[in-house]
Amino acid sequence: MSALAGVAAALQVVGVLAGAPLVVGGMRQVRARLEGRAGGGVGQPWRDLRKQLRKQQITPRGTTVVFALAPAVVAGSTLLIAAIVPLIALGSPLDSAADLFGVVGLLFLGTVALTLAGLDTGTAFGGMGSSREITIAALVEPTILLAVFALSVPGQSANLAAIVTGTTHNPAQVLTPGSLLAFVALIIVIIAETGRLPVDNPTTHLELTMIHEAMVLEYAGPRLALVEWASAMRLTVLLALVANLFLPWGIAGADPSLLAVVLGVAAITVKVVVLASLLAAGEVFMAKLRLFRVPELLAGSFLLALLAVTTSYVLAASS
Amino acid sequence: MTQTTYTGALDLAAGAFLLAAVLIVWRRELRAIVRLLAWQGVALAAIPLIEGMQQRDGALITVGVIVLLLKALAIPVLLGRAVGTEVEERRESTPLVNTTASLLITAGLTVLAYAVTRPIIALDPTAATRAVPASFAVILIAVFVMVSRRRALSQAVGFLMLDNGIAATAFLITAGVPLIVELGASLDALFAVLVLGVLTGRMRRAFGDTDLDQLRELRD
Repeated sequence: MSALAGVAAALQVVGVLAGAPLVVGGMRQVRARLEGRAGGGVGQPWRDLRKQLRKQQITPRGTTVVFALAPAVVAGSTLLIAAIVPLIALGSPLDSAADLFGVVGLLFLGTVALTLAGLDTGTAFGGMGSSREITIAALVEPTILLAVFALSVPGQSANLAAIVTGTTHNPAQVLTPGSLLAFVALIIVIIAETGRLPVDNPTTHLELTMIHEAMVLEYAGPRLALVEWASAMRLTVLLALVANLFLPWGIAGADPSLLAVVLGVAAITVKVVVLASLLAAGEVFMAKLRLFRVPELLAGSFLLALLAVTTSYVLAASS
Repeated sequence: MTQTTYTGALDLAAGAFLLAAVLIVWRRELRAIVRLLAWQGVALAAIPLIEGMQQRDGALITVGVIVLLLKALAIPVLLGRAVGTEVEERRESTPLVNTTASLLITAGLTVLAYAVTRPIIALDPTAATRAVPASFAVILIAVFVMVSRRRALSQAVGFLMLDNGIAATAFLITAGVPLIVELGASLDALFAVLVLGVLTGRMRRAFGDTDLDQLRELRD
């Protein structure tokens, strides 16, 4: 492993930290323009974060250490994922830990930390939000594991770098039915996991329809900033990961040159911007699903993931 | 056509065929279901077309074109005219099994299809026979749609899916039954749709509804 691979891994973390609020800002801007509004600009989430970080730290009465630690756990687990997954270059120093199952586990660690914090406040809305979030998470988890399983069949490894390398060497395998089904299932699951439309409305101010927002209702000041920042980072990392799993072109190799690292940064930026804009543009045409119809959507994506596993299993047997 | 593109195209057609069946279970709007049935017809017709191009067999290509015209154009158009114009007629009334459970049952049926077709694949492991589980799964899903839906039209869609599944299995296992048998079976399906269309129309005129569960009791 060269020093540049380490530099690339560090760049991934810094890039996600700095870029995540811009991704969210960009998505809001796309949405605003399509709805005929002027919008707050791409930098608005950064300005919000700066404002929140300057405020006084407030701890609601009766809350415990769970409430205080949850934002740090969410942000920390997301940053760890950003360091592990191959976004810019393949040979990350944490490559041996770059297992898709491990990444899914880290993702759910953050989700569970936030739900516990929502329960810890003891308010009605916090408990309601936590209960909804864990319902969705329980339905999302099997789907995400099955989709991962389908992706790991062609490369016969759940290591992320191995999957990405396999796709780079054999681009035709992106167009197999198994991989296409897994792509659709993963997109639905990511929408549910990051609380976007049609599962949850990220801009809602109506407590009865909130899921993610209801859990963090009691947070204020720097902690709220950390929670918002972490949820933006989760969205960015997941979008970048999906982009690289299915369209790995431009990613630097295990032993990159300086030019390859720069190229990798440019490629992943372009991919995330395109994917986020498409997602935001799609959201304009969608209304939020009724909560009771969300299990229907997730059962559908579970079925797609299952079909992906069975078809890629049969295909792998034939080749 | 090289061997890899042939295998890839056949897999894609079989995958689309199965996906259309799954989406028919998922959707409740009757117009959307009919449109999905048309797409399934396209995927079904693609199977003999691909095989015919691979084996340079004129008869198979002819069968493929006929299947395309019949299952992707004629039958969906006829069914589309049978969909009522009234608003409450356009949606499937609550199915006997709710959508989430139906989707999970569909998943179970697919796995079952893969399990029971393993001996068939073991007999002659070619690219075509490996896609048989997909068509077999469509047969099982079609039977499930027929027993779990209430509207006459959705049950007709289930029947046509069953016919599609059997035809696809025949194409995949034996590279097509003789032309005349295939024509006979396809025309049978067409006439069944015509009769069902007339029947649905008369039912609607007589009872104002096509919910079959309401036709169980005798009245004067």
